[in-house]
Amino acid sequence: MNTQPHELPVANMLMGAQRRVVICAGTGCMANGAMKVYAAFQQEMADKNLPVVLELRAENDNHGKTAVTRSGCQGFCQMGPLVTIFPENILYTRVKPADVDDIITTSLVADGVVERLLYTEPGNGHACRGTDDIPFYTRQQRFVLGDCGTIDPENIDEYIRNGGYRAARKAFLEMSPESICAEMVESGLRGRGGGGFPTGRKWEAARRQAGEKKYVICNADEGDPGAFMNRSVMEGNPHSVIEGLMIAARAIGADETLVYVRAEYPLAVQRMRRAVRDATERGLLGANVFGTGCSLSCEIMEGAGAFVCGEETAMIASIEGQRGMPRPKPPFPAQSGLWGKPTIINNVETLAHAVRIIRQGAARFRALGTAGSPGTKTFALTGHVANTGLIEVPFGTTLREIVHNIGGGITGSDGSIDPAGFKAVQIGGPSGGCLTREHLDLPMDFDSLRGVGAMVGSGGLVAMNRDTCMVSVARFFMEFTQRESCGKCVLCREGTRQMLVLMDDIIEGRADERTLPLLKELALAVQKGSLCGLGKTAPNPVLSTLRHFPEEYEAHVRDKVCPAGQCTALLKPWINAEKCKGCGKCAKKCPVEAIDGALKQPHVIDQEKCIKCGACAQSCKFGAVDGLPGGRA
Amino acid sequence: MNACELAATHLQSPARRYEKVGVILEQNGRQPQRLIPILQAVQEEYRYLPEDVLTYVATGLDIPPARVFGVATFYSHFALEPKGKYCIRLCDGTACHVKRSIPILEAICRRLGLSAKRMTTEDMLFTVETVACLGACGLAPVVVINEEVHGQMTPEAAIRLIDEIEQQEKVQA
Repeated sequence: MNTQPHELPVANMLMGAQRRVVICAGTGCMANGAMKVYAAFQQEMADKNLPVVLELRAENDNHGKTAVTRSGCQGFCQMGPLVTIFPENILYTRVKPADVDDIITTSLVADGVVERLLYTEPGNGHACRGTDDIPFYTRQQRFVLGDCGTIDPENIDEYIRNGGYRAARKAFLEMSPESICAEMVESGLRGRGGGGFPTGRKWEAARRQAGEKKYVICNADEGDPGAFMNRSVMEGNPHSVIEGLMIAARAIGADETLVYVRAEYPLAVQRMRRAVRDATERGLLGANVFGTGCSLSCEIMEGAGAFVCGEETAMIASIEGQRGMPRPKPPFPAQSGLWGKPTIINNVETLAHAVRIIRQGAARFRALGTAGSPGTKTFALTGHVANTGLIEVPFGTTLREIVHNIGGGITGSDGSIDPAGFKAVQIGGPSGGCLTREHLDLPMDFDSLRGVGAMVGSGGLVAMNRDTCMVSVARFFMEFTQRESCGKCVLCREGTRQMLVLMDDIIEGRADERTLPLLKELALAVQKGSLCGLGKTAPNPVLSTLRHFPEEYEAHVRDKVCPAGQCTALLKPWINAEKCKGCGKCAKKCPVEAIDGALKQPHVIDQEKCIKCGACAQSCKFGAVDGLPGGRA
Repeated sequence: MNACELAATHLQSPARRYEKVGVILEQNGRQPQRLIPILQAVQEEYRYLPEDVLTYVATGLDIPPARVFGVATFYSHFALEPKGKYCIRLCDGTACHVKRSIPILEAICRRLGLSAKRMTTEDMLFTVETVACLGACGLAPVVVINEEVHGQMTPEAAIRLIDEIEQQEKVQA
């Protein structure tokens, strides 16, 4: 048996249990039925009286215990529910309650592997045993996500046994606020929420502010569509966020901290609340932190569904019980933030990195990444890739590595691997831009991406295959920012609305030669005339697609054709007279009576009446309806 | 809560109707800065924010009703209209969008006879909403019914979920 004890920091420490069954309980796996699998394990293990069975196996089980626990998101969401057997580190994917019996008999009672539940590499069909074998994991370097997926997020003892709260202890007992800030500056950590501002400098600015009352806020209002890194960290390792807050509070001299979480993340809210309660019970938070006499509290606040609240000044307004509207900076929150007091606002991932920097030192942190952007970054890899999920790689990693090696390649519309299918990657959500084939080998960091008109943003990476219409993707983001504009700045409020109208003209075939120049002019005006990041970056998706895919815009505007066949209004379905048998089925199915023709004669679609619903193509047995892409049929 | 029950709550005596709001206000120390958590708790209780309750909250916090309405209308989570018993939230985040979430929305709306103007069924059983991103992108496209997440959806699978709920409701009735 292939046991590798050095890779099991937790397993050996946990209650003396040798065998450990870890079931991923992140949102993704829970949606796929992870809790049913968990219940099935508990039931079956009780029925089989399993600890006794294991006790008989003296060679590698001295304690006779098998622990079944839940973990946070392991990142490999599409393959969920995930079940890992430690110490062998066998990873089973897409486990159903019916598979539990087989897993217990084969992998717990005996030492075998249930081959059919292993992950198979798309492309070469290689069956992978576990995380040390699956390219999705082996090509990553997980620090922030390191403990997500191995420790039980609802068990503070596991976090502590795994080295948790040691950095906070060090910060409170062995370090001065000055030295903490100096260490952070030295590490070169840049804010992971999108802007990339040096965290150490932010902390130092707040530390220097006079005054008794200061606040630390954790920005967990992860609003970018297509990003879920913060959710996974809060669900998988909530104590790392609290520890980060403690260090930040010590560094600037704050006694109140607050986590502003999106209400769309109920599980993250629940786990963070639990973590705060447990930490308070242990005296890690409360009136006398580590016996220093310092007091520290942590409150969890749920957002109420406004994307703009991810902007720091809008978030402060929201915490104060107001409409979440940004205000001009300066003064920066570090000077005058919540209730007018010095406040620092850090992203979830930034705080998790801070823990590691204090624990291991700035030099270790700088060892990875690029000179300007040290360390690792988590990305949410989604869209048309074989392996969607949460990944963590050093800055400087290329897009090719992420999409083709970790992501396992681009998938076509039918879900199979399409080696030539890569079209673009949208990075940074509604504030970001797209990267194309020419950027596949660009080492990605804060500065290189800004150089090509994109941005790291919070780290959402949406891969798109060749069947994706870039104009409609840009319109999608335009609609999002238009809806989420708080309405304070005229150019953001009205400008984004007009840009959306222009985008609709393009994809619905009403555009003429004036549309594109007007769109560009308006985009630049919105960038210039908006106060906060939302408005300043709102035109980015449009500008970036205009820059990289001008021919697609031209095709929509000039030829009234959508090259990807996605824009419904530009479709022109027609019936191939040679294939049509005149059965009349399509005419019956058509909801708007747009199809006409005599029996046994070829039928015709009236373009004026047609709503392009695709019902005719679906009903035709002879494949005679043309001009509708496969995806719509 | 069906339409009749909903009407019944309006007919309650004021003292009973506002009793729970009073408790919520007390729990939050009647602090105006706690307005958002207060409205969240009120919505949890009533399933939406009735106009008279918002006025009651304003009076209870000693702030202008305009401020309460301003906050209630700013955030997308607050509903000023009653919602159905089952809230179907379709994720239209980037990942879900490129994996074709809109045909699912269209199918659901067709099935329930809803349109962009009316997103709650007459029997108050279903409300359909789109949300920006539920953070379950690995499972795109995603549909959430009340708290339960359903991943890798298709129009057909979404219709099946609705059929199941209707069946279940019939059995219960």
